Amino acid sequence: MATYTPHQDYHPKTSRREHREWLLFVLFIGPNLFLFSVFTYWPLLYNAYLSMVRWDFLRPAMPFVGLQNYISAFSDPQFWNIIWQTATFTVWSVGLTLIIGLMLALLLNQPLQFRNTARAVVFAPVVISGAVVAVVWSYIFDPRYGLIDQLLGFFGLDSPNWLIDSFWAMPAVIIVYVWKNIGYAVVIYLAGLQNIPRELYDAARVDGAGAWDRFWHVTLPGLSPVAFFLSVTSILTCFQSFDIIRVLTNGGPASATTTLVFHLYELGFVSYDAGKAGVVAIVLFLIMLALTMIQIRYVERQVTYG
Amino acid sequence: MDVTNEIEQRMAPAATRRQSLPFSLLAWRIAGYVAMLFVVLVIGLPVYWTVMSAFKETREIYSLPVTWWPANPTLANFPAAWQAAPFGRYYLNSFITTFLGAAAEVILALFSAYALAYLRFPRKDLVFLLLLAALMVPVEITIVPNYLTVARLGWINTYQGIIIPGAAIAYGTFLLRQAFLSVPREILEAAKVDGAGHLRILFSVVMPIAQPAIVTMALLSIVSKWNDFLWPLIVTNTTDMRTLPIGVFWLRNSEGLSNWGVVMAGSLFLIVPVLIAFLLAQRAIVEGMTAGAVKG
Repeated sequence: MATYTPHQDYHPKTSRREHREWLLFVLFIGPNLFLFSVFTYWPLLYNAYLSMVRWDFLRPAMPFVGLQNYISAFSDPQFWNIIWQTATFTVWSVGLTLIIGLMLALLLNQPLQFRNTARAVVFAPVVISGAVVAVVWSYIFDPRYGLIDQLLGFFGLDSPNWLIDSFWAMPAVIIVYVWKNIGYAVVIYLAGLQNIPRELYDAARVDGAGAWDRFWHVTLPGLSPVAFFLSVTSILTCFQSFDIIRVLTNGGPASATTTLVFHLYELGFVSYDAGKAGVVAIVLFLIMLALTMIQIRYVERQVTYG
Repeated sequence: MDVTNEIEQRMAPAATRRQSLPFSLLAWRIAGYVAMLFVVLVIGLPVYWTVMSAFKETREIYSLPVTWWPANPTLANFPAAWQAAPFGRYYLNSFITTFLGAAAEVILALFSAYALAYLRFPRKDLVFLLLLAALMVPVEITIVPNYLTVARLGWINTYQGIIIPGAAIAYGTFLLRQAFLSVPREILEAAKVDGAGHLRILFSVVMPIAQPAIVTMALLSIVSKWNDFLWPLIVTNTTDMRTLPIGVFWLRNSEGLSNWGVVMAGSLFLIVPVLIAFLLAQRAIVEGMTAGAVKG
């Protein structure tokens, strides 16, 4: 016992101070964590529960049905169709954003006058509300009085009935998505271009590489980490995209532009099927979790190996 | 295309540059400007179209061929939109939810970031992780349970119902924590020696130094709350509680097809404030949105 005396003398004092600091820590971060528990983590668990009951939001009884909702969802061709449409929307939107974004970034990286103005114009749609963007575009797509019909008219073409035609509705959604989000990709690419060491270009030049070779062997590999980051982020954004679809096509015509997020909204707030909405929420969460994991792995590698 | 870059760097004196530009480079340069102009036109066209249509008479909008410039510019669409939907009320709702929502996020992020950066706590790293993990749960998948929670609280169609479920903030906390950690240790020590408590240190030492990051984060919150659509759409059920994006959406549903000019004017009610904010604080907004993407 005697050996501990000096320690005990010392310890309670710091411990009291430390406990006060712990209390302060809890007070400072508590509200934020509390809100996350109630409005983020609890809903996640509750979705898992909802996905295993049958409920219409009204009846007091919520019969437990086990995996029945999952089975009926995965055996429903319409559900697979929606997953397919989500994939189509995502692949096209992300692909176009990445490719056109790269071209624009290379252009706006040139020492041209007014390029900052051009960058601002390219980025501006990112800050405009997706819902209003879709409202504006629903006029632009108007097959008779819209802007696109006018532009196609220059080439002697007739505008399709974009939002009513089950083939053209998806391209319309993709066009609007790319228009709104391209600026984000451009800015990220531009930052990536700044990070490619000058010396690499100099070395390539000494080796007699032409502009095209340098683009192919220095710029592109140098941008590949940024492109990877962008593709994951854009895929996540696409999966969450709701406002454009809700306003532009309302998931139609005949579900042609219904994605998983829109389906979740429909099940929850149009057809009042809490169980099926829970299934979609869980499926969506698992897909996005997997994507985020890939991204975290990548960011860690970046940090560790420079 | 980076040939231009190369020459640019070799020819240091700007004055001699113009004369010594070889023809092929001049051609590249011109091609660059043409391409840039094209890009600006294509991307800017929808916004130009919106503005022009808002100043056109209804008759002109529905006559062919479509005009690129209003023949008889009119302001009539703006009061018409203001009357077709209660835009005054929408503005009020949007201002309240944006301001309070963003304020809540900033305050929560400030205190959380301070705690994570400077206060001792056992296994603080786990707490940080718990906060960051919230980023992995997208808002979209929480809508059904949150609607039930908000209904149970009796908050459907109220400001607190719109604001509080989205008030917690992970990304902003992360941004501010990074900024706080770069505050020089010596300054903090000096403040402690002077007997400043944690609140004093936060408000009069850390905040002024980290001000750029705080402004960036606040702008980001403001823009995202101003544009928020899904949650206010679900949680409001009367016209007088709708925010601007929901209001413009319903205006389109009622007036679209028959009155595009009015709908475009209504869209401008929402777009113009955000574009002005963007023009004034472009750098901070772009930085905030892209922070964390590129290391170094």
